[in-house]
Order: sequence, then C-alpha cells, then structure tokens
Amino acid sequence: MSLLGEPELTEEGEFVINIGPQHPSTHGVLHLKVWLDGETIKKIQPHLGYIHRSIEKMSESLSYRNFIYATSRMDYLSAHINNQACALTVEKGLQIEAPPRAQAIRILMAELTRLSSHQLWWGCTGLDLGAVTPFFYAFRERELIMEIMEETCGARLTQNYSVPGGVMYDVHPNFQNRVKDVMKQVKSRFREYEEALTGNVIFEQRTKGVGYLSAEDAISFGCTGPTARASGVSCDIRKWFPYDGYDKLQFDEIIMTGGDSYTRYMVRMEEMKQSVAIIEQLIDNIPEGDFQAKTKMVIKLPKGEFYQRVETARGELGVYIVSDGAASPYRIKYRSPNFSNLSALSHMATGAKIGDLVAIMATIDLVIPDVDR
Amino acid sequence: MALFLTISFSSIATGIHTWLAGTMQNEMLVKITEMAIAGISLLLFLVPLCFFLGYMERKVAAFMQIRLGPNRVGPKGSLQIVADTIKLLLKEGLTPTASDKFLFNLAPMIVVVTSMLVMAPIAFAKDFQIWDLSIGVLYVSSVSSIAVIGILMAGWSSYNKYSLLGAMRSGAQIVSYELSVGLSLISIVILTGSLRMSDIVMSQENGWWIFKGHIPVLISFVIFVIASTAEINRAPFDLAEAEQELTAGFHTEYSGMKFAMFLLAEYINLFVVSAIGATLFLGGWMPFHIGHWEAFNHIMDFIPSSLWFFGKTFAIIFIIMQFRWTFPRLRVDQLLTLEWKYLLPISMVNVLFVTVMAIMGWHF
Amino acid sequence: MTNEEIKTAVSALFPSVTYDETGEFLTLLITPAEIRSVMKALRYNTEFSFDYMFCLTCIDWKTHFMMVYHLLSKTHRHNIVVKAKIADVNKPEIETLCDIWQTANFHEREVYDLFGIRFLNHPDLRRLLLDEGWDGYPLRKNYVDENMISL
Repeated sequence: MSLLGEPELTEEGEFVINIGPQHPSTHGVLHLKVWLDGETIKKIQPHLGYIHRSIEKMSESLSYRNFIYATSRMDYLSAHINNQACALTVEKGLQIEAPPRAQAIRILMAELTRLSSHQLWWGCTGLDLGAVTPFFYAFRERELIMEIMEETCGARLTQNYSVPGGVMYDVHPNFQNRVKDVMKQVKSRFREYEEALTGNVIFEQRTKGVGYLSAEDAISFGCTGPTARASGVSCDIRKWFPYDGYDKLQFDEIIMTGGDSYTRYMVRMEEMKQSVAIIEQLIDNIPEGDFQAKTKMVIKLPKGEFYQRVETARGELGVYIVSDGAASPYRIKYRSPNFSNLSALSHMATGAKIGDLVAIMATIDLVIPDVDR
Repeated sequence: MALFLTISFSSIATGIHTWLAGTMQNEMLVKITEMAIAGISLLLFLVPLCFFLGYMERKVAAFMQIRLGPNRVGPKGSLQIVADTIKLLLKEGLTPTASDKFLFNLAPMIVVVTSMLVMAPIAFAKDFQIWDLSIGVLYVSSVSSIAVIGILMAGWSSYNKYSLLGAMRSGAQIVSYELSVGLSLISIVILTGSLRMSDIVMSQENGWWIFKGHIPVLISFVIFVIASTAEINRAPFDLAEAEQELTAGFHTEYSGMKFAMFLLAEYINLFVVSAIGATLFLGGWMPFHIGHWEAFNHIMDFIPSSLWFFGKTFAIIFIIMQFRWTFPRLRVDQLLTLEWKYLLPISMVNVLFVTVMAIMGWHF
Repeated sequence: MTNEEIKTAVSALFPSVTYDETGEFLTLLITPAEIRSVMKALRYNTEFSFDYMFCLTCIDWKTHFMMVYHLLSKTHRHNIVVKAKIADVNKPEIETLCDIWQTANFHEREVYDLFGIRFLNHPDLRRLLLDEGWDGYPLRKNYVDENMISL
C-alpha cells in the first residue's frame, strides 16, 4: 500500500488493508495483508520477520549451557517450558536424566507457566473481542503466579530456571505453601471467569462457528496444542511422548470436536483446570534429593542428532540439535508451535469478517516472537 | 436550597428578561442578547459536565475492573480529566497530507455542534428550558441524525482505509438504529398526544410513563436504551471505532484538539440520550408522583426538580456505562441483524399495542 | 509398525532407499529425485499414513545440504525421519511437498529464506522472515555479515 498515492485497488475492486505490524489485536509485530470485499476477507497473507532475532544462528556459536537462555525470548509466555525442552534435549545427548526432585520441580513450574499463560490469553481474548474487563480479572491471578516465579528463580517472565541436568537452584522453602495458597485462589476464580465471558451471549455469537478448522486440516497444517485439540486431534505431547515423569501423573488430555473459536476457548478453559490438578497432585509429593545431576563444566554432546518435543501452552515445541562433537551445536532448529498454527490462519479466516479475524487470532493464541524466532 | 433551586430558574430568567427589556428597548436586541446568554451558559454547563462524565466513566470502569481508577491529580483524581484536556489542547493537531483538509477540519465541528443542538429542547428543571418548541421530539430525532454526516466526513476525508471502514460501519449503524429510537419515542408521543417536551413532562404529573404505560412502554424503554447506545456508537456497539479491529476507526487520524472534540461529542451525546430517555419515560424533572396520593406527592415535590432530572439522567448514564465495561463487541452483521430482525419488528408491533392502549385509554 | 517393519515395507517399494538407525528415529536416506514418490507413499499408503509432518528443516554440511523431514503417523503412532541429500551447493533445488502436507508451505519458505534452497513448484516461494532484498542466506555456514560483531 502506498502511503500517499491512490488507495491500492486490485482489478476485481478488492480493498487491501494492512493489519499490523503495529496493531492492537495482533499481540506483537505480526503483519497481515488482508484483501477485503466490503467487510469480508478474501485472502490473508502473513508477513513475518519483524522480530526475527536469528536465535537459531546465534545458538550455533553458544555453548550448550548458554543457548538455553535465548529460548526464553521465543515464546516468552512459556519461557520455562522452552528452557525445559532445551535442557531435555541436551540431557538426551548426554544420556543422563535429571534427578526426580528436579523433574518434579520442572513439571510444577511448567504447569504454573501454562496456567499463567492461559490466564493472560483469557484476558486478551476478552480484550480482543471488545470486553476490557476480563483482562483485569485475569491479571489478578496471573500476578500471584508471577510472584511465585519471582520468588523461585528471581525472574517473572524469562525464568531461565532449567539447566542441563536439572534446575538451577532448589525451590524456595516457602514454595509449597505459597503454591497451595495460590491454587486455592485460582480454583475459586474459575467460576468468575465463566460468568464474565463464557456465558455471555455476545461472546458466544462472536466465537461459535467462527474460524472452523477440520481435524484433517489441523494435522496437515501441523497445528498443535489447544488449537488442534479443539478440532478433535489428540496431540498432547505430555500423553504421547511423556517426559520428566508426566506419565506418572493423573490428568486428562482435553479433546473437543467443535473446531471453531468457541471450542478452542473451552479447551483452554478446561486445560487450566487440568494444570491445577497436576500441580495439586505434585505439590505435596516433591521427592527429596538432588535438584541437579552432575554435569561437566563444558558440555560436549556426542556426534549425532537429538530431537525432543514438549508441550508448551500453545502446542508442540520441538528442539532439534545436530551435533558434530564440538562444544556448541552444529545446527539447531526450533519447531515452534505458533509458526505452524499461524500458517493455518489464512485457511481459517478466509470468508470471515474482520471482526472474526480478531476472534480467530485471539483463540489461536499467537505469540509472535515464537513465530519469528 | 430546595426552594432556591425550584423557584430561582424561572425567576432568574424572567428577571433577566425584564431588565434587558428595560435597558435596551429594542425587542430584537433583547432576543439576541438572551440567545447569547443561553448559548454561553450552555457551554459553561457542558464543559464541567463532560469533565464529570469522563471522570465518572473512569471511576465506573475502575469499579467494575477491580482497580482504583484515577487517584493522583486533585482530590480522588477528580482533576485527572482537566489534566488530560490540557494535554490534548497542547498536542499538535496533525492533518494528514493527503487528506481533504477542509472536510477533515470541519468534521469534528459538525459532530460537536449537532450534539449541542440537541440540548435545546431539554428541560433541565421546572421552567428551565432553552427552547420549548412545539415539535421537540421530532427536532431531537432529526437533528441527532445529522451527526452521522460528520462521522462519514471524518472517515472519508482522513484518506485512511481504517477510517473509511469505520465511517461506513457507523453510517450503516446509525441509519439503522435511528428507526428503533424513533419508534420508541413515537410510543410516548402517541400516549401524550404532543411533541412538545413540556407537555410530555406535564403528562407524567400523576405518574411516569414507564409505570403508567404497562409493559409496552417498558419494552419501548428497553429498546430505546439499546438503540440509543448503538446510535451514539458506544460499546458494545462501538464498531465505528472498534479498537481491536480498526485501530480507532473514523478518528484514527485525528489528534489534539480535534480528537478532543470527538471525545466531547461522545460525552455530550451520552448525556443528551440519557436526558431524553429520562424526560420521555421517567418524567424528566417531574418528581415521583403516584396517582392521587396528594400527601405523598407533596412530600416528593420538596426534592428540587433539577435533582430529579439529573438523578434520572445519571441513572441511565450509569446503565449505559455498565454496558460498555461488561459486553464484548458485536460483529457488524450481528449488529444489523439485531436491529432489522429483532428490535425493529418488536418496536413496530409495540407501537401498535401502544396505539390500542392510547385509544382505549387503558393506561392510568 | 516397528522400525523393522517400516524398513521392509519401504524397501519393497523403493529398493534404492538406505537406512540409518544410529539416532532416536529410523532415518530414510533418499535422493532428491525420488522425494515426491517416497513421500507420497509414506503419506497416503495406509500401512504408513504419516499424516503429520512435525518438523522440516535443512542442515548445511558445507559439502552438501541435507533436507530433514520428521514425520509422525497419528493413526499408527510411529515416527520416521526422511533425509534427502542435495549435492549441488551452488544451485540447491528440491521438489516441494506443499500439496502433501500443508504445513510444508511455511516451513519450506523458511528454509528457502535462510538456506537458499529452491523448492520447485512451490506456490508462493518468497522470503518469509527476512526482507525481500536480503543478501545471502544467513543459516548457511559460509554466510558472512559484515555488520556482525563477534564478541
């Protein structure tokens, strides 16, 4: 679009608008070029790279201890889970396993991260659909979790808590009491969430039947996480390929079959409850022992390829390390959940209205730094 | 205080008139001076009113969103809006290079002026009305529809695609919802038999229409509140400026004072719509009277009429503000569906009921 | 299906395919020329039905490029890795897999953007993350950026 010239009209008389890179509802620097016919979307073209920091290239010159910290900046809302994935990959290469205590702490932190991420998403979904109030309610509980994070590892958002072999330090002595306290509060607030948004007539109208994604398309587009599970695709890595002892825990993989924005919303709402259930199972049963396995000062992975997937709040994160035996990875690839989920956006939103596009983007729960890396 | 307020408005007006007539002797000059006084006092009334509404909106929002709201500037943050206004006044008023500069600058004026014009026939208290013209209700509904021209003008002249989309949305929306507002006003006109504001208020001397008119008037009142919320482009019907979709809709390109004028118009519209709703359905300045309970009615009369008027108006404003902080936004097709498939048919049938009721005299 | 079963089934269809079992997953080594036929068989044959491609990337081994495709079957729950060696470093080309897995569209654009591998018959092969006029392909090992300051 030229800024000053005639508005860009294609031959069929379509109207082209640029949503982003600076736009209130793209949650970051996503740029969508949208072809419109009136209010109806005819075509969407995502333009990426506004926050591309070449984390993969950077990691090629960082040591196996240091590259983990860059991943906190990918999907900053599940920073801990990203760290965990990298730590697990390195552990796989070293053929060691974190001690049981470290695994339990990692799971607890991962589920807290997932919970806080979903809370942020819930608030932002309301905000995107024009209801400002839920945002504040969501942040009220999220803040409590952020305080736990701060107490445990000193950081609120980019935790950098997982290291190869375990976690960086033991948890705060107050950790268990505090988590139990917060869980009690969070559980009592779910009802409030549902009253504020779920049952609202306008909210249902805005999301039901909007942005339909079939199960076949979800698999073909590589969609994962709640986005795919709302289409009836089982894809929870915690169930499929358990890591860090998720197989010992009792929880359900939430699968619904609606495939529309409302179902995606409901899946996430239920997942929050599952996260709370996991935390409650584990919080009184943190095994005693070391919080970190012994590793060498300079980690060198043997020659070979190591792939590890974990379930972040948005879907399947894959870490693919190719090692040539040196002290830093030869090639590293992050298979980020948002990248694949975003590729389905155009398919889902074509034929919808502009307002629907916002609803679809909100319920896919995109984090743009994870797309661009 | 009570006596002072109820008596003084009309006596002040009469006093000024006699004094002016005595000093000027020219009837034309007296009229012009009186108009100027009325205009200036209206402006002097509007500015603090908008400050208050802005403050109230923030506090209501904060109350609903479990936070404090403005609490730094002035006592309990009450001067926050003043500070914001000063900031807006000092900001540079940008005009996009490619815009149609004349229309771009004219649009906010039109929006503000139309919303002020609608104030004319509103009775703020007993005998306190700027212009009690015989077609009050018709005047209100016709003048308020001019505002859409200002919004379309703003959207078109900005030379911005978001603005244009917002303006077109707003055009479709206001034109549609005008019908429902009109029909719900008509139900009161049918019952009263007059378009004059003072007649409408006086007809509620033995009870407000919302109580006298049974269920049909209640339905009209609900439709009026919904449709007028849509007509003044407030959430959940704020599609014209849908922040998450169109950044700021028709006023995307406006800044500084011109933007402040849109904001001003929004609050004046909010007040005007609520005032009209209060006048037609809740009796305006008329105190709460029940039929022939003379003693009770007399006690109610001790509460000054201006308090009654503002109390009712702000009750409606509070409801409309709560809408904004409760509901998500409708989509554009759902917005029009709501009007054309639900509100309009309901209000048409409702007018029929009201007419039957008025002919048969079934109301109190 | 176990790895052995997959191996026998693939060998029956494509005798030229070689295997590498040192890693976590069974790896099929193929040539770029046969990629479409192999991939179609892996995707659509009901015994394999690898309907989910969870990773697509490339490795620059300086002497050649290695395309790496990670596949998973949602029905049979088995994983497989397919590697295609692109020997021509100066003009790397391979057929696209966009029509078989839709996720390949964005992933191939990313590989094109960062490695400079041309995907033949790709519907929309443009740079994805970098600017249209970017010079060079950053993830190649011989990429030099004069603005880069090494610490």
